Amino acid sequence: MATVETGPGRHPEWYAHATGDKFGKIADAPIGFGHMKRKEDARFIRGLGDYMDDVRLPGMLHGAILRSPYAHARINSIDTSAALAHPKVAAVIIAKDLETLGLAWMPTISYDTQAVLAGDKVRFHLQEVAFVIATDAYAAQDALQLIDVDYDVLPAIVNCRKALDPDAPLIRDDKVGQTDNLASPLWEAGDKANCDRVFAEADVVAKRTILDPRSHPCPMETCGMVADMNPATGQLNIYNGNQAPHAHRTVYAQVAGLPEQNIRILCNDIGGGFGNKVPVYPGYVCAIAGSIVAGAPVKWIEDRSENLASTGFARDYLMYSEMCSKGGKITGLRVDTIADHGAFDSTAQATKFPAGFFHIVTGSYDLQGAHCQVKAVYTNKAPGGVAYRCSFRITEAVYLVERMVDALAMEMNVDPVELRMRSFIRSDQFPYETQTGWVYDSGDYHKAMKLAMEIADYEGLRKEQQEKLARGEMMGIGIAFFTEGVGAGPRRHMDILGLAMNDGAELRVHPSGKAVVSLSAQTQGQGHETTFAQIVAEELGISPNEIMVRHGDTDKTPYGLGTYGSRSTPVSGGAVAVVSRKVRDKARQFAALMLETRAEDLAWEKGRWYVKGDPERGSTIESIAEYAYSASNLPEGLEGGLDANAVYDPPNLTYPFGAYIAVVDVDPGTGKVHMRRFIAVDDCGVRINPMVVEGQIHGGLVEGIGQALMEIISFDEQGNCLNASFMDYLLPTALECPEHGFELGETVTPCPHHPIGAKGVGESPCVGSPPAIANAVVDAMYHAKGVKHMDMPCFPARVWAAMNGREQPPQ
Amino acid sequence: MKLRLANPGHVIDINPIEPELNYIRQEGNEIRIGALTRHVNMLESDLLARTFPDIFREAEAVLADPVVRNRGTMGGSLCQSDPAEDLSGVVVALKGKAVLRGPGGAERVVEMDEFHIGPYMTAVGPTEMLIEVRFPIHPGFGGAHEKVERRAGDFAIVAASAALSIQGGTIQTAGVACSAVGPTTMHIKRAEEALVGKAPSEELFQQAGQMASADCSPNSDGRGPADYKRAVAGVLTQRALSRAAATALR
Amino acid sequence: MLVSISINGQVYSHDVEPRLLLVHFIREYAELHGTHWGCDTSNCGICIVLMDDPQSDQPPYPVKSCTMLAAMAQGYEITTVEGMAKPDGTLDPIQMGFHEMHALQCGFCTPGMMSTGRWLIERHPNPTQMTDHEIRDGISGNLCRCTGYDNIIKAIRWAAAYIEEHPESARTAR
Repeated sequence: MATVETGPGRHPEWYAHATGDKFGKIADAPIGFGHMKRKEDARFIRGLGDYMDDVRLPGMLHGAILRSPYAHARINSIDTSAALAHPKVAAVIIAKDLETLGLAWMPTISYDTQAVLAGDKVRFHLQEVAFVIATDAYAAQDALQLIDVDYDVLPAIVNCRKALDPDAPLIRDDKVGQTDNLASPLWEAGDKANCDRVFAEADVVAKRTILDPRSHPCPMETCGMVADMNPATGQLNIYNGNQAPHAHRTVYAQVAGLPEQNIRILCNDIGGGFGNKVPVYPGYVCAIAGSIVAGAPVKWIEDRSENLASTGFARDYLMYSEMCSKGGKITGLRVDTIADHGAFDSTAQATKFPAGFFHIVTGSYDLQGAHCQVKAVYTNKAPGGVAYRCSFRITEAVYLVERMVDALAMEMNVDPVELRMRSFIRSDQFPYETQTGWVYDSGDYHKAMKLAMEIADYEGLRKEQQEKLARGEMMGIGIAFFTEGVGAGPRRHMDILGLAMNDGAELRVHPSGKAVVSLSAQTQGQGHETTFAQIVAEELGISPNEIMVRHGDTDKTPYGLGTYGSRSTPVSGGAVAVVSRKVRDKARQFAALMLETRAEDLAWEKGRWYVKGDPERGSTIESIAEYAYSASNLPEGLEGGLDANAVYDPPNLTYPFGAYIAVVDVDPGTGKVHMRRFIAVDDCGVRINPMVVEGQIHGGLVEGIGQALMEIISFDEQGNCLNASFMDYLLPTALECPEHGFELGETVTPCPHHPIGAKGVGESPCVGSPPAIANAVVDAMYHAKGVKHMDMPCFPARVWAAMNGREQPPQ
Repeated sequence: MKLRLANPGHVIDINPIEPELNYIRQEGNEIRIGALTRHVNMLESDLLARTFPDIFREAEAVLADPVVRNRGTMGGSLCQSDPAEDLSGVVVALKGKAVLRGPGGAERVVEMDEFHIGPYMTAVGPTEMLIEVRFPIHPGFGGAHEKVERRAGDFAIVAASAALSIQGGTIQTAGVACSAVGPTTMHIKRAEEALVGKAPSEELFQQAGQMASADCSPNSDGRGPADYKRAVAGVLTQRALSRAAATALR
Repeated sequence: MLVSISINGQVYSHDVEPRLLLVHFIREYAELHGTHWGCDTSNCGICIVLMDDPQSDQPPYPVKSCTMLAAMAQGYEITTVEGMAKPDGTLDPIQMGFHEMHALQCGFCTPGMMSTGRWLIERHPNPTQMTDHEIRDGISGNLCRCTGYDNIIKAIRWAAAYIEEHPESARTAR
């Protein structure tokens, strides 16, 4: 059965249900912004989603990857003869086969190189060594066991500090001129001299060494690809759930030397991304090479262990931090960071920002001085450093500043909320330029913080904490106030691999007045098919149920850099608003003809142009659309049809913010943390669909609970990955979340420069919640035992160790 | 098998004989549980809740997750012989006896101390299967199961199972077992001996907890270092005994 | 070996390897792609399907189809997400509830999650009175990375209430 493109045409019977009385409840859909149930649900609740592993092509073969059992070893030889003799095996590919195709190494998103299959050495545990192609997936796995690789094991470096030792083994001896384990030059932001002066004048200084540990985005659907190279036409169709299909197409054209117009990427439904599906992985290149070699479509779907152990991890920032105050207010912050990028630097970032947006580290505070510097190192660990539900390292920055505010409040003996309230940037200071060079667009931080305290009954909680303490019970209250910078970004500042971080949109209104809008953004579950239809609806007055949102097919959508870094609404949403306005302007020209008046004499209300001063005389968008395609005579310069294109270049990032409060109970006997309550006040500007916004917040909060309490990718001394399955990489279940649900609040500070005033929300909850929870756990331990710091994840043994004064947490 | 750690030549599905081996019943002064009794059946059994309050229910409620409990069995739990498994601790604390049947219907009865001979190793011979577990009934019974885990559904970091029978203000029988702190489920015999014949008290249970701490032999691993597990074994043992006593005296 | 399994009322018979997992039988042989695969270690619940033992009076119960061999499913009636709606296309209340309450985002865990949710309602003596803890515990073998679970809990409640108001929508007579 050949797989065809996704869309309602494929399953007319269910689409009828989706839009008919039986199911869709058309009348409930707002013409524009507001609560609206999702259009995409129709196929998912029937099991008719179309994920990567659902793709079936005639003659399709199955790939599997042999991976290194060692973190660092020289490869002496690879014997594939037994695997090749397996009756179901079509081909076995190793590095030297890829060399002949020029595919042995591929560029990373950070201008480094990464081995597709290891040839000279393996540099991390479970690195890709060989690719087997067989007629079924079970047989491909069987054949892996028939490949014999002779290794000489080398010492592995898993500690980023040791990577910088002068006698540390050189990990990247493949790189000409590389003499140490630094992955990129030292990177700095902020005025160091000024910062030092602020510290010299400070009353109180707090110091902490903070590790934001390695975690993994871990979408429920793993990564994979079906590559289908047509040997006759040279057309390469790639079925692959990824967050940036257009950028991937360009990369494949560069890597494989294939003509870009012959490459078509089809992202149908994606089972979650969270940053994990931004990079190009070796398995993808293997699938493409496999299809070229085998002359047949090749499917490769990684298993859970491969996903956790080899694809883009997140965080792994070790931060030596100091924060100071004067006159009761926070005045300065400095931080020296070692970033562990693993064996290949494939960290996700914009070109001019080697440490991503980490230098937003001054957070929500009006500081007098700040300085941050980042050293990136190679280690024998899996490559990555992706932005896991994060705008390029902002999660690390927010974690750092919010932990440090609590640390400083402890040293000052002042309530952590009080210190924040004293030190916030005031609403009248926006637009506000930070000490590290960011220009925040808008905000009212005091208002959001007060609302969160009100929902939480903050004073009541503190009282309860004291009462519990008297009974020998441990309870903690944790605050985090985050400011994010999302929606990268302005083309004068930001690009990835030379590609401007803009997004395109194309809108076609059909003669019947129904529309198709095509996006360069790529949903992984965020609900684009609904919310982007709502943007068009808001701008043109067409029902969102009559607007089809098309994405995920590079042949049918305009160029753009995809969905990550909360870009969808700030950038792609901007493009959709702009393209809708272009169509509206064009509709005005037609309306003027229809109404026999001048365009400038017309006024717009949602869904129609009417004559100023005579509102009864007007033309609806539907009638205008019909007219635009009709055989009527048009004046010189006005083309028929009602459609437009736009590329949106955001003038600035958007800066959503929020006030979060976590309440935990800690078992003094076992160190077990119970997540009792979580209050989240978010300000993401204008909300297109509050239901979808709240869904995003819920999801991000649980990912924050995971990072704070249980998720870690750790390694033993030999460099073996210790968390390569769901037995040991723990995602929160419903039982680890507050029993009676999250408590949400909202304030709305519109973005002044965004066409619809929206700021983006996807990542906020995942950025703001880890420090809130970590602060709550430390707060509990501080009040009961005087403990001033612990690193995440706060799972029982580590909490117990911290409570009992241990220096190093157990891994 | 899925992870290719085991590659057996033959696999026999015993589910078709479930009707014969899924039962919880009283015979004389014993409760008998068939080897194919599902976790969900033990969780929801009124007979077990009445006879052994509330040790089965507490352990089963935290064993894996409800969907796994729909399929997993008493026999599977015991024969997997994972030292971190919850139900094995309950069976040890209750002094359960395993009934093994071999060729020709020959049966032998094995005490739990002899049943688990090491991690993932049992006394079940190559031609034998576990068919039933038998538990002595004691009047004045109270039991409890305490578990600390990294996350719901995970194997225990440490778990403690306690079973007491109390009559006339004196502990008549005692069972104490700890999971995940040794090569097999740890039977804390010294604590049991210290409890029998005494009046229940927090001080006594604290001493029993200290014995559990001292007598277990945990390893350091991803769930925690050995000294942590040793400490927690004591805390959980004390808590389990304390609640078991409260239930017995209820 | 020849394996015959009844899925959504239709019998699928195929000659398969004895080691074939039920999830792969459903996806590759019955070509029902609504059941997904997620972890191989029985942790995630993505692959959950409902299994009905014709010998038993219990309602169909959820099982992790990556943790059963296809051969073990013979003699049972399997219901996948494709078999949830009535033959005339009317959705099951749990499907309606998930849509109404925004209980899905990427949709990958949804078939398994709905199967477990359906079972929780069907087996509970008074489903509209289920506590938050009961529902959370009930779905603790199903991982979701998108929704944060709150809306899933609301969706299960929605479906329970719907079934109470529309008894004819219940799968089996109560």
